Amino acid sequence: MTGRATFYSQEAANRRDSVLLVIAVAVILGALGFAIGYGTSGVVQTGIAVTTGALILAFFLSVGSYFGGDQLVLGTSGAKQVDETTAPQLMNVVQEMAIAANVPMPKVYVINDTAPNAFATGRDPKHASVAVTTGLLAKLDREELQGVLGHELSHVRNYDIRFSLLVAVLVGSIALLADFFLRFTFWGGGRRSSNDRDGGGGLQALVFILAIVLAVLAPIFARLVQLAVSRQREYLADASSVELTRNPSGLERALAKIASDQEVLEVANRATQHLYFTNPIKKFEARSSSMFSTHPPIVDRINRLRQLTGEGPADPQEIAALRGLD
Amino acid sequence: MEIWIVLIVIAAIAVVVIGIYNGLIGRRNRVDEALSQIQVQLKRRHDLIPNLVNAVKGYMQFEQKVLTDVTNARAAAVSAGAQGVAAQAQAENALTGTLRSLFAVVENYPDLKANQNVLSLQEQLTTTENQISFSRQHYNATVLEYNNGIQTFPNTIFAGMFGFTKRDFFEAEAGETANPTVDLSLTQPPAGA
Repeated sequence: MTGRATFYSQEAANRRDSVLLVIAVAVILGALGFAIGYGTSGVVQTGIAVTTGALILAFFLSVGSYFGGDQLVLGTSGAKQVDETTAPQLMNVVQEMAIAANVPMPKVYVINDTAPNAFATGRDPKHASVAVTTGLLAKLDREELQGVLGHELSHVRNYDIRFSLLVAVLVGSIALLADFFLRFTFWGGGRRSSNDRDGGGGLQALVFILAIVLAVLAPIFARLVQLAVSRQREYLADASSVELTRNPSGLERALAKIASDQEVLEVANRATQHLYFTNPIKKFEARSSSMFSTHPPIVDRINRLRQLTGEGPADPQEIAALRGLD
Repeated sequence: MEIWIVLIVIAAIAVVVIGIYNGLIGRRNRVDEALSQIQVQLKRRHDLIPNLVNAVKGYMQFEQKVLTDVTNARAAAVSAGAQGVAAQAQAENALTGTLRSLFAVVENYPDLKANQNVLSLQEQLTTTENQISFSRQHYNATVLEYNNGIQTFPNTIFAGMFGFTKRDFFEAEAGETANPTVDLSLTQPPAGA
């Protein structure tokens, strides 16, 4: 991760990595479904049927989130909509980024909290909303605000909300499938089909054991992959923000200012943490927890931005110094 | 038997070519749309300027030259609209220069700097300048996509045939990248300051 990069190359790498991760989740789902189907019945087609069934169920469970999710999140965070008279500069900056990104102007909300943060929601650019906290507006200057809003609008333009929903459906299917199978096996009838047309015998038993192992491990791995996808999309949004503003320094300074702020955002919780600009529920990001985090460590995000200008990675003194720039 | 294979091959080629043609049409239309969006932003700036000049006029009796420069440059930019892209770009850039000089001078008048009307107009002009520059940036992005579309293989085979030609990027002029000079030699503080 050294040397000069362009935002085009960073974007391409991020997109490629997130697609590979989604394929990984799909493979896990397919393997689990197949193992369960074949392991219990000895018939190949059952495996396919089981996987498909789980996918359909998870899909229907997610439909509500797809259409109503953004209203729910906005409602629970106490966000109030603003317009040109109540928040002229904020609306102007959002408008500038909407022009650069070639998306329609989203609805803009303000959350009354001193912790600096922002989020974007909405299933596509025509139905998008962006929210910022009063803390963010107070602490950042115009250029930094532009960087943050470029990041948020990039989430909208890259269809990240829809993408995360896709991953959530896959991960949800895995969890449902594993849960149902384990219950059925250990606490339910526990019968195996006696209609073994293929007489799977030993192979079937082996696959059955494999199914149990997968049912225990798959949900954990799938969740880890889901978190990795979330982090990739955050990096992608950072690079896309630079594509819009052509100014890595604004976003970099915003990240540095927010990194130094240790406040917790009160309205955020575990269910909504992935939507925010920086992780809102941790007091301070520790590198050791990065595998379980929805967001990459802020220092890494800053260093990736510095790759775009050809500067080396930042050290703690430089991060403190960045805060003083205005 | 063979005739079926030939027909299928021809159909496949036709589908591919239609796909290429439609793709190029889409990209070219996006370029044209981006171009007209720039016009929208430029007009917005033209409309804001008279308000700005009126707001500062009363405070700046000694700065008439700067104000008349802005007003004249605006009139020139409006009329240059009909003279083609190059002439218009030049006139708009000249207007940007006069506006920067005006705001540099405003810095010397504390009363004016704190005036709510002026601050709000300043923000509006800042955002308009930004919106103009982002529209131009977006225009360049659409031109890039379109030029890539007609120059890569296999599209390049068909592009000339269908009449798709390369478009030019919007480029900042040589003069524009230099900082505008601001003549403060005739500035005198107003009586009250």
